[in-house]
Amino acid sequence: MSLNKPILWNFYRGASWRVRIALAFKKIDYEYKSVNIDKGEQFTKEYENINPNNEIPTLQIDGFNLTQTMPIIEYLDETRPSEPKLIPVDSYLRCKARSIAEIVNSGMQPYQKVIKRLGKELGEEEKNARLELSTKKAFKAIESILAETSGKYCIGDSITIADIFLVPAVHAARLQKINLNHYPTISRITDRLDQLPEVIQTHPKKQVDFQQS
Amino acid sequence: MNRANAARPILWNYHLSTCSWRVRIALSLKAIDYEYRAVDLLSKKGGDQFSTQFTKLNPKQEVPILLIDNNLFTQSIPIIEYLDDTRTSGTKLLSSDPVKRAKSKIIAELINSGIQPYQNANVIKKINVQMGKVKRIEWLNFYLNKGLKALEANLKNTKGRYCVGDEISIADLCLVPQVYAAKRYKIDVTKYPLINSVNLELEILPNFIKAHPDNQPDSLKNNN
Repeated sequence: MSLNKPILWNFYRGASWRVRIALAFKKIDYEYKSVNIDKGEQFTKEYENINPNNEIPTLQIDGFNLTQTMPIIEYLDETRPSEPKLIPVDSYLRCKARSIAEIVNSGMQPYQKVIKRLGKELGEEEKNARLELSTKKAFKAIESILAETSGKYCIGDSITIADIFLVPAVHAARLQKINLNHYPTISRITDRLDQLPEVIQTHPKKQVDFQQS
Repeated sequence: MNRANAARPILWNYHLSTCSWRVRIALSLKAIDYEYRAVDLLSKKGGDQFSTQFTKLNPKQEVPILLIDNNLFTQSIPIIEYLDDTRTSGTKLLSSDPVKRAKSKIIAELINSGIQPYQNANVIKKINVQMGKVKRIEWLNFYLNKGLKALEANLKNTKGRYCVGDEISIADLCLVPQVYAAKRYKIDVTKYPLINSVNLELEILPNFIKAHPDNQPDSLKNNN
């Protein structure tokens, strides 16, 4: 394993928050390198060499460049087996934890990008209505999984990858002023997660490149 | 858990759904016999996935859904990992080496969250409605080529005979259906020689052929 400090190429908002939370739970100290996606810094030659998909985040750790938030977090958990175990040991619970994370990762976030791309054609009102619908569908699916698996957190009483993906997703939903009363388990769990130092320290507002929109 | 007593697994899926196809390959590689339940995503009634009955099974209104070991699972990547976690017979789908695992999963997610959502049937229908046919083609060209370019760059560091070294992994299960979809949308995949080469190695394997859309009960070729 490399003795150099890991480097996280990321931005204060978006999916990068998930990795910051995981690094915090695993107590991994790292160097924060800001890639300002509003200024197109993900398209520089320097960054493209690190991540050919021109996306954030990228975690440079143990001599590798890791991309894609789910594999990054799973790699951290597999190679740093300290508590909390972000991927449950039980195979049923592993699948459920990953499914919750995937509903956000591939089942919600990309579709929201699509809707935003169509913003001009849809108009502001329709765009917001569709963003809301997309969030609600995803949250409804997550809420139904949580009915089987939740305790204090998404999977029993221990923090997992599911909680890590939920935090930024709920944060985004609140910014969109979506009513979360229909998702009582998600609300309850997120309220608890929001109190944790690992979530507070890694919040977009606290990052060096935070900008008020 | 005594799996021997569990009922025959059921896979709700659609022959052309790339996410369903990935799971079909996994089930085949693990030699798991299952019942195929067709969900017609493009039915004239507006899509069977929107029915009350199906929504109860999956509020996200998507395929695939796998009923196995008396539990219902959604999301193709976790489903495939579950099969690998719980079945030691057949092909290993994820390496026990954390670095190789990460490399396979990065490729799987590049496809799963980075390409597929931008070109699935639902999204393309919406693009067609909002932007028209010409823009739809532009959109498909843009997102498919963007994703394939990233995939090709990734493969430079990982490719052996297959996506990651010489052993089949979850990355390969995602690649074959995505390449097929890209070709359907008239993308020239030979522009990506590494992707093309891996695909050629995989598409001739019996377990991949078995899972191919043309060989499913709801395939158009079987229902003429």
